[in-house]
Amino acid sequence: MKTKTLLVALAVGLMSSTAAIAGDVRVMWYSDGVEGEVIKDLLDRFMKENPGINVILDDVGYKVVQEQLPVELEAGRGPDIARVTNLKTLADHWLDLTPHIADPAYWQANFGDQFDWMRPDGSKIIPGFMTQLTLTGGFANKTLFEQAGVEIPGADATWDEWVEAAGKVQESQQLNAAIAVDRSGHRISAPIVSYGGNYIGPDRMPAPIDEGVKTFARKLVEWTETGRMNKETWVSAAGTTYRAGIDDFINAQVAYYYSGSWQTAALSGKIGGAFDWVATGSPCGTEACSGLPGGAALVGIKYTQNPEEVGKVMDYLAREDVVREFTERTLFLPAHKGVAAGALDFKTDDTNVKGALDVFVKATGQVHPNANALPAWKWATPIYGVLVTRISQVMAGELSIDDAFARIDEDIKAQVEAAK
Amino acid sequence: MTVSSPRRVLSGTGAILMAPVALVARLLDPPLSALQRVGGTNGMAAFFLLPNMAVFGIFVLLPLVINIIYSMTGGTALFLADRTFVGAAQYQRLFDCRSYVDPKSCTEDLFWTAVWNTAGFVVVQVVFMVVVALVTALVLNRDLRARSFWRAVFFFPVLLSPVVVGLIWRWILQRQGLLNFGLYELGLTPVNWLVERNWAFAAAVGVSIWAHVGFYALILLAGLQAIPKDLYEAAEMDGTRPARVFWRITLPLLAPNLLVVLVLVLIRAVQIFDEVYVLTGGGPGTATLYLTQYIYEVGFASFLRNPGLASAASILMGAVLIVLTLFQLGIARRNEMRGKR
Repeated sequence: MKTKTLLVALAVGLMSSTAAIAGDVRVMWYSDGVEGEVIKDLLDRFMKENPGINVILDDVGYKVVQEQLPVELEAGRGPDIARVTNLKTLADHWLDLTPHIADPAYWQANFGDQFDWMRPDGSKIIPGFMTQLTLTGGFANKTLFEQAGVEIPGADATWDEWVEAAGKVQESQQLNAAIAVDRSGHRISAPIVSYGGNYIGPDRMPAPIDEGVKTFARKLVEWTETGRMNKETWVSAAGTTYRAGIDDFINAQVAYYYSGSWQTAALSGKIGGAFDWVATGSPCGTEACSGLPGGAALVGIKYTQNPEEVGKVMDYLAREDVVREFTERTLFLPAHKGVAAGALDFKTDDTNVKGALDVFVKATGQVHPNANALPAWKWATPIYGVLVTRISQVMAGELSIDDAFARIDEDIKAQVEAAK
Repeated sequence: MTVSSPRRVLSGTGAILMAPVALVARLLDPPLSALQRVGGTNGMAAFFLLPNMAVFGIFVLLPLVINIIYSMTGGTALFLADRTFVGAAQYQRLFDCRSYVDPKSCTEDLFWTAVWNTAGFVVVQVVFMVVVALVTALVLNRDLRARSFWRAVFFFPVLLSPVVVGLIWRWILQRQGLLNFGLYELGLTPVNWLVERNWAFAAAVGVSIWAHVGFYALILLAGLQAIPKDLYEAAEMDGTRPARVFWRITLPLLAPNLLVVLVLVLIRAVQIFDEVYVLTGGGPGTATLYLTQYIYEVGFASFLRNPGLASAASILMGAVLIVLTLFQLGIARRNEMRGKR
C-alpha cells in the first residue's frame, strides 16, 4: 500500500512538472539598445493575457547568439524562440510556424518580403519575422565638424571625400582617428557593392573576388596606414571576431563612424546631449551609394517541445499594435508593412534621432541590387568572415594585399568544399 | 605485535562520529568478502579502481576517441551520422606546406601561425613563469613582516576567472586605458599596447604570469618548507656563501617540485586561451593567435564551422603535449636513477 501511494505521488509529481514545462517558452534575445527592456515589458503583458504560458526571456550577449546558439542548434537543442541576425546560414533549424499561427495570410502580407532571407532556398515556410529592418550607414559628429570649421559632406559625397573631410576634422581637433568602421564583413560589404563588387557568381555560388572588393579593401588598408581609420578596432583581434567602433564615436574620438541604423538608440542613449550628431546614409563608391539591408529576426526553433505556445507568443509579438509599440520605443525601422506605412511616433526627446531615422528610411531607396541580394544568399556570412580575417592581417602588416586577395579566394573555396 | 581494535581505541565523540562509517563498513562487508573470494586480492584492486576508470573512460577516453573519429570526417554538420568519412584529409590539409617554418607557404596558414606563436609563447612564458614563481617562493619563504598577507596577495589572482583577468588587463592596457592615462599624466607618450605586436605578446605573457604565478609559487613554497633546516644550519656553520647554498642545497632538493611546476606550466602554456582571447582577441593581426584559439575559431566561432579540421588540430596539439610530458618525465626518472646510484 505504501509503495503504491509513493508511486502515485511520483506520477502526479512528474505529470505536474511536465505540465509546467509544457507551458514554458524560452526566448534567447540580445540587445543593441533598449529593446531588451521593451520586449520584457511586452512579454510580461502577454503572460498576463495568457496565464497558461510562461515566457522565459534570456537576454544574452550578441556573441552568445553568434557563437553558442549555432552549436546548440547543430546538436538539436536550443531555446524555443531566438532573435538572430545569422538568418540564412542557420535556416535549416527554424520552425515552420504556418500550422501554429492564427493567420498565416497576415504574416505573409506584412512580413513576406523578408521570408526568403531566413528560410532555406526554395522553401515556403514561415520561420518568423524581422523585429526590425536595418541598413548600414554612417554617423557624423556634427559638433566636431562645426568646431573644425569643416563642412559635412553632402549626400552624394564619396568615401574618399568623407575621409578627407573627417581627416581635416581629425587634424584640427587632434583626434585619434578620422573615421571608425565596425570590424565586420557585413559592414564593409555595402561600400564594396558601391565600388561595383558582387560576391554572387552566375551559378549562385561565391564568385572570385572582383575589383569592387579589391578597391575598397585597398582603401581600408591605406586609411589604416595613414592613421585616418582607427586601427585598434580592426587590428586588435584575429579571425572573425566582431568589434564595434561605436565607443570611439561616443567618446568623440573620431569624426565619422560607419555602422548602421540599429545603433541609433544606443547613440542617443549614450551620447545624450554631449554633442550633436547626424546620420549620413552611405557614402558613394563608383557604382552606387548603397547601404546593406538586413536586420534581426525573431524565429521559432524547430526543436521546441511546445510549438503551439511558440505560435501564440509569435502571433502576439507580430501583432500590428505590438510591432508599432516595439518600433516606437526601440527607435528601429519597422519590417511590418502596415506599421511602416502608417505614421510613427518615436518615443524620444533627442532631436538627433528623428533626423537619423529619416535619413535611413530615405537611404533604403538607394540600396543597390547586389546589396539587396545578400541577406537571402547563404554564402554571404561565410564571406564576411573571410574578408575580415584577411583584411585585418594586411592592416597588421602580416600579409601583402595581393596575398590577402589570393587567400580570400582560397578560404572561400575551402569553406564551400567543407560545407559539401 | 598486537593492534588495538578500532572499537577499543575510539570512545566518546569519536565513537559517535565513526558510527555511520562503521555501519556502512558492516553493510558492505558481506558482498565485498564474497567478491574477494571470487576475484582474489588482485580482483579487489581492479574492483576499487573501476569507478575511477569508468569516470576516466567516459569523460576522457571516450571524448578522445570521438575526437579522433571527428578528425577523420568532413562537412559542417555536428552529428557524426551526418558527417562524411574523409580519412586523413584534414591532417593532410594541416600539413600541406612548402615549408613548415613559413606559415604563408601552408594551405592552412593560420594553423601554422598559431603553432609558431604558441611555440614562442611557451618558450618565453615557461622560462619567465618558473623563474618568477621560484623567486616569489624564495621571497615568501623568508621571515617577512606580514608574510601571510603577501602570500595571499600573490595567490589572489589565481582565484579570479580568466575572463575577469583578461577584462581587467584589457581595461588597463587599452588605448584609453589606465596605464596610458598614467603615462599621459606623467607627460609621457601613450603606447597602443594591444595594437603593437611586441607589446601585445609581452602583455599576453605578463598577464598569464600574473594570473597563475601564485599557484606555482605555492607548490615551490611547499617544497622549500620541506627542506630540512639543519642543512642550512650546517652550511652556515661552514661559512658557505648564500649563492652556493642556493645552487647546492635549495635547488637540488627543490628539483622534484620544480619538475612538477615545469610540467604544469608547460601544459598550461600550450593550452593558453581564455585570458589571452579576452585580452587581445588573438591580435594584433594574428600576433597572439594561439593553437587553442585557432581550434576554437575553426570549430566553433567561424560562420561555417569545420569540426573535423578543429579536431585534427586538437589531436596534434594533444600529441605534442604527450610527447613533451613523457620527455620531461623521462628526464625526471633519469635524474632519480642517477641520485640513487
